[in-house]
Amino acid sequence: MSFLSVRNLTLRLKNGPRLLRRVSLDVAPGEVRGLVGESGAGKSMIGKAILGILPGAVEIAEGEIWLDGTDLLSLPPTERRRRIGATAALIPQDPLTALNPSHRIGPQITDRLVHILGWSRTDATARALDLLAEVHIPDPERVMRNYPHELSGGMRQRILIASAFAAEPKLIVADEPTTALDVTVQKQILRLIAGMQARHQTALLFVTHDLGVVSKVCQRLTVLYSGMVVEDASVTDFFAAPRHAYSAALLAATPKYTDPAAGLLPVPETVTASVRAEVEAFDRAMDSAINERGLADG
Amino acid sequence: MQILRILLMRLTTTAITLLGVAIIVFFVIRVVPGNPVAMMLPPGATEDDIARLNALYGLDKSLVAQFGIWLSGVVQGDFGTSITSRQPVLGLVLGRLPATLELSIMALVIACLLGGAAALTGTRYRGTRTEAAIDVADGVALSVPDFLWGLVLILLFGVLVPIFHISGRVTPSLDLPFTTNFYLFESLLRLRLDLWADIVSHMFMPALALAIPLAAIIGQLLKQSLKETMNLDYVTLARTKGYGETRVILREALRNAALPTLTLVGVQFTFLIGGTVIIERLFSYEGLGNMAIDAVINRDLPLIQGIVILFAVIFTAVNLAVDLLYAVLNPRLRHA
Repeated sequence: MSFLSVRNLTLRLKNGPRLLRRVSLDVAPGEVRGLVGESGAGKSMIGKAILGILPGAVEIAEGEIWLDGTDLLSLPPTERRRRIGATAALIPQDPLTALNPSHRIGPQITDRLVHILGWSRTDATARALDLLAEVHIPDPERVMRNYPHELSGGMRQRILIASAFAAEPKLIVADEPTTALDVTVQKQILRLIAGMQARHQTALLFVTHDLGVVSKVCQRLTVLYSGMVVEDASVTDFFAAPRHAYSAALLAATPKYTDPAAGLLPVPETVTASVRAEVEAFDRAMDSAINERGLADG
Repeated sequence: MQILRILLMRLTTTAITLLGVAIIVFFVIRVVPGNPVAMMLPPGATEDDIARLNALYGLDKSLVAQFGIWLSGVVQGDFGTSITSRQPVLGLVLGRLPATLELSIMALVIACLLGGAAALTGTRYRGTRTEAAIDVADGVALSVPDFLWGLVLILLFGVLVPIFHISGRVTPSLDLPFTTNFYLFESLLRLRLDLWADIVSHMFMPALALAIPLAAIIGQLLKQSLKETMNLDYVTLARTKGYGETRVILREALRNAALPTLTLVGVQFTFLIGGTVIIERLFSYEGLGNMAIDAVINRDLPLIQGIVILFAVIFTAVNLAVDLLYAVLNPRLRHA
């Protein structure tokens, strides 16, 4: 049974275009699923919807989000918030803006344990120190007393990773966790996330636009284009033989260090045009369904 | 170290500012028509009497010489003698200062409470009718000047529903055991809550009148920056941790959002102190502002100079306090 199950999730801007179109995906306990797509494909929106942090202008038009056997969207807001806080966590994209500049590091890790999960301060602090050591932060006691601006980007991302694992969540959403980092740091952070995931056996939804990263970290992946799932496959199958034309083009477009002469291959126009046609057909079908329902109601 | 350097820098600029203020006030009030000596003498005084009195106060010397004499006195802490009351200016002014300070601080506290509450409520219920109502209330509060609020308050709570005193600083028949002129603070320290209640009941309306426009400014500005802060990444991250909206606003957003507001509150607070002049007059409150108006009416030049210099000192002190508070609230500055 999957721990996270997103069913037919459709998001739209209020009175505007659709951002996600009946997206379904599953993450089994302890599994790592990559969520791949170009920018604007809606991959971050899925993570935000799961964690209940959609921007105010976005509404959920349809769908279910099952987390640990409960449909989050059927819960009242307070209950939903607490449920998410206790079972899921986010590793954010930009470590430079994701820590509160006016609080020390310590409370930013321990507060959730104390205030949401009811731990004692001492236990929470001990836990935070352990985790900081686990993400290879030197001198954790001192870092707990530091302010974010006193630490480097790589350090801050490590802290955010430690903080995400603090409450032993069963699901972590990593939203392009290495995009904002230096290339040399990216690799360390990736290895760190993969290592932590393996040790804690956390289900991980890894949002990225980098297929290279997916091949290293993930077991399964979902490819998204324009808010639609174009492929859902195991990583081995996908890299051996992608089924969808767009996936194949995306895979071909990934630069290969072994063959720099090949240069950069864009996804061919014909492929994107055919996917876009699918998207438009979907929208037409949805709209006419809504209209019919509207007429029936009226 | 940083704070010491800021202090030193500010003290230097303060000295220059005060010198500028001294020059301006000294010469401007002498350009304005009206002879203080003529006001002191009975109508039948001769030219000779006037000349003798002019000489006594040094008014027969050149303006520059007068300024030199006055300034050298000021540097030594001698602000001259009041022409009307014949007492040292410094003593008179310092005697009234506590009344005005207490009034301004009470107004500032009220403004921060009202404005803060408006901003927090507006942010908590952003996009709803509650926020719209708060915006309207802010607009009304801001577009009516403080002295008009004073009149409105007198009518409402002094005349129609007389629950507050509308005149003076304390009921005159009360026996005051105070050794300082900080009545509000001293009554509290001496635990004379009966006196304290009487003083508060006198001060509340003038303080509220001063506070209402400032509260509106704080409310609008803080709400704006709170709403911006609410969209930042660290606030979003905090939401995923399961905290409720109110806690997210108070604990994650408020402190960071308060920083830009603080600078403006400092500037606005100096305007508020300026506003005490008319408000004190309106409520017959025995403070510096009331004294300033009397001094101007009587052409009491040394007293006017003394009061203006003191106001200038207060203004620069407020600005300095704001800068220091900013450094305390913003860890990035403190450790720089």
